Amino acid sequence: MNTLPSLIFERSRDGKIGCGLNDANVPAEAALDRELLRPPIADFPQVSEVEVVRHYMALARLNYSVDAGFYPLGSCTMKYNPKVNEKIATLEELQAHPYAPHDLVQGNLEIITRLEEWLVELTGMAGFTLAPAAGAHGEFAGMLIIRRCLQERGDPRKIVLIPDSAHGTNPASAHFAGYEARQIPSNARGILGRKELRAHLGPDVAALMMTNPNTLGIFESDIAAIAEDLHANGSLLYMDGANFNALMGVVRPGELGVDVMHLNLHKTFSTPHGGGGPGSGPVGVAAPLLPYLPVPRVLREGERLKVVYDDPRSIGRVKNFYGHFLVMVRALAYLMALGREHVARVAEDAVLNANYLRKRLEGLLELPYQAPTLHEVVFSDQGLPVKTLDIAKRLLDYGCHPFTVYFPLIVHGAMMIEPTETESKETLDEFVGVMETILGEARDNPDLLRQAPTRTPVRRLDETLAARRPLLRWRRGEDH
Amino acid sequence: MRYLPLTGAEREEMKKVIGISDVSELFSCLPTGECRRAPDRLPPALSEPDLIAAFREIARKNTASGLLSFLGAGAYDHFIPEVVSYLSAKGEFLTPYTPYQPEVSQGSLQAIFEYQTMMAMLTGLDVANASLYDGATAAAEAVLLAVRRSGRRRVLLSSSLHPEYAAVVRTYAQNLDIELPTVAVDVASGRVDSSDLRAKLDDSAAAFVFQSPNFLGIVEDGRALGAIVHERKAYSAQVVAEAMALPFLVPPGENGIDIAVGEAQSFGLPLGFGGPYLGFMAAREEFMRQLPGRLVGQTRDLDGRRGYVLTLSTREQHIKREKATSNICSNQAWCALRAGMYLAVMGQAGLARAARSCHLNAAYFAKEAAGLPGVRVVYPRNFFNEVLLEVRRGSAADLARALQEKGILAGVPLSWFDPGKEDRLLLAFSETHNRAAVDRLLAAIGDAS
Repeated sequence: MNTLPSLIFERSRDGKIGCGLNDANVPAEAALDRELLRPPIADFPQVSEVEVVRHYMALARLNYSVDAGFYPLGSCTMKYNPKVNEKIATLEELQAHPYAPHDLVQGNLEIITRLEEWLVELTGMAGFTLAPAAGAHGEFAGMLIIRRCLQERGDPRKIVLIPDSAHGTNPASAHFAGYEARQIPSNARGILGRKELRAHLGPDVAALMMTNPNTLGIFESDIAAIAEDLHANGSLLYMDGANFNALMGVVRPGELGVDVMHLNLHKTFSTPHGGGGPGSGPVGVAAPLLPYLPVPRVLREGERLKVVYDDPRSIGRVKNFYGHFLVMVRALAYLMALGREHVARVAEDAVLNANYLRKRLEGLLELPYQAPTLHEVVFSDQGLPVKTLDIAKRLLDYGCHPFTVYFPLIVHGAMMIEPTETESKETLDEFVGVMETILGEARDNPDLLRQAPTRTPVRRLDETLAARRPLLRWRRGEDH
Repeated sequence: MRYLPLTGAEREEMKKVIGISDVSELFSCLPTGECRRAPDRLPPALSEPDLIAAFREIARKNTASGLLSFLGAGAYDHFIPEVVSYLSAKGEFLTPYTPYQPEVSQGSLQAIFEYQTMMAMLTGLDVANASLYDGATAAAEAVLLAVRRSGRRRVLLSSSLHPEYAAVVRTYAQNLDIELPTVAVDVASGRVDSSDLRAKLDDSAAAFVFQSPNFLGIVEDGRALGAIVHERKAYSAQVVAEAMALPFLVPPGENGIDIAVGEAQSFGLPLGFGGPYLGFMAAREEFMRQLPGRLVGQTRDLDGRRGYVLTLSTREQHIKREKATSNICSNQAWCALRAGMYLAVMGQAGLARAARSCHLNAAYFAKEAAGLPGVRVVYPRNFFNEVLLEVRRGSAADLARALQEKGILAGVPLSWFDPGKEDRLLLAFSETHNRAAVDRLLAAIGDAS
């Protein structure tokens, strides 16, 4: 039995057409050597328009999404994506070519500038680049900025310190900026303490990369003191702002000694995740680091906006054109809808929702860190008759997307739950009800969980087979 | 606020459950003082209609739409079938996260598997990844891939690589002890100077990275370049900034090229002022376990049904941390999905038709422009859809400004990138043009020069 849709290649029949274009009406005189041309691509789809629609509609039905329901994926901030932002991002007048003369695209440059100004006001950083394509890309740009700054001071140094609760992109980004990533332990409170930091500080330390609130959902409350220690050591503080949803409108990291930080427009600022991007990872810097921001820079010059392409102190270009402009449009639309009245309300409701879930689930699951929770809470599977993965898979049977599993690595069988502010109390209560049911099943009939999911379009998939005998494309007649 | 579902009464009830009397208590772990000042300087909230009106107001400051445009140079205006916009806007595709739970993500996963397959077919290579950020970062990733695979740290770049791509490659490589010498262009043909390539390609070279069609619009002799590079046991990587060339020209894989990277914006993504676009990477099988970014692979579920998962994740940052093949996490999944939809609906014949129209419109222009007195067609043959003009009097920017007065965006003056090339104008043609459009352009150039 195979209830899944065929591949588009299997639907293909010779001679079918989905394309609605005519042939060119200029003379058919090619200006190319014949041996440069290729024949029709073998096995490329030939499908009619209606069949393409049915194909993708069938695929859509196999996907879970924020539009479908609760998506408490920790550190991913799966909030609702307002629909009006999609309309605005598709306005015809915004779709200019990136090399259109600047006097014809003042509106687009205005959008870039206004968003930068909003982010400056919300974070207390001195300026932002909106060029980075995603959070990890922002981290990389931020590390390059730090390196360039230290280089100008005479020594780029060698080491970037990263707490053990950090996302894997942090060490990877530091590495690609030419640094050695060194892991430092968080303390019993689940945060990085001054003592742990000082034990690792030395003349080779370029920076500390700190996620705040961290991936346990805990505010790094020593941040200002840590910034002082770093600065006294000639090092810089990088803040990973992936979890800024907890802080927006509440506190400005730029006023806590943060030198460089990135934000994720596809998290805090409501732009859709698209099944894994496109994101956008703006990077903000303190005033002394402004000269190192990547080019191009859009700057106000009286009434006009100008674009600076060359700046000898800049780290250079990290991306072509201006970055993910249409993602910026959506983020600005979101902020303009919230206005000054509601930015802090977003953070407050996100934190309220997380704390409500923490309180309701505390008696059911092991809570390894007791420190106050901000936007997300991390439980452990310790003491349970089943594993975190089994609970996650059983959640799928109840029509709910699981939390983030097995991350952060410092918690055994981590279940990282981030409800966001866009969930109603009814949804949270339903989720608690489902968790109670599942944990009851775990006691009475754990096999039910180990076999889960059974109500999804496919059951557990063999990841070992996929990795051992990789089939990364369709080929006629090929299968495992 | 319409995006926030909690009512005042519910907030009170929840606070009671938590055991607090005010939400501010939940933030007591934060520092106090000036850093907590309310963001009063921000503008007030807008209703939904006011928000739309505000953006229409901003959009009115853009005056480029409605002009007849021949701008290209890495971003191309192609027709997007309505099916692509309709299907890709569905919340089931737009609003999930990365498919970490494959049982409820088969739609995204199968769509990306199909996209990977079509990109492998288009490039003539064995495997393609699920996406990279854009053409420029894809070029940088190709450099890093070749360095990883070869253990050598010298990568030759063709000087006809898109200048922004070259800039991004240099940014990526700046701290990784990678040497990036450039290989000259033969001015007469607009192609890579093969004697310069031979001279610089020694045993220490990891790879040669060239663009084709290159930044001057010219299709390189990929087979010859691939052969030269392989003689020296280095890797060849072809950058394709205009993916619409792929269905028209002999693909990289058939020319013996090892890695193909580039920009697939042309496959169903709007110009959107430069992004989000779609970086792609395809390679021969030997690179599979060294590739950056996500890969979707086929497998079976417990009942033996075909299904798809993210695979070979031991390459990636969440497993390998600083030893990962790249730091990429979120990338361009939705853009790849759109490209897959575009390729599916265009199909074998439609894609060939669109690509051929791009070329024929460019060829018609090049032939007719050769008869205009004020300009010279620098390379009258072997371009795909971009034609380089030399402006005989004044600068290319002057000519572009003169045509702008007549409602035409004539092309990209190369002085954007290189002040020394102020007499060069690069024009791009696509299937959105027709004979009347090209005739209007020709007449305007004739009048202006």
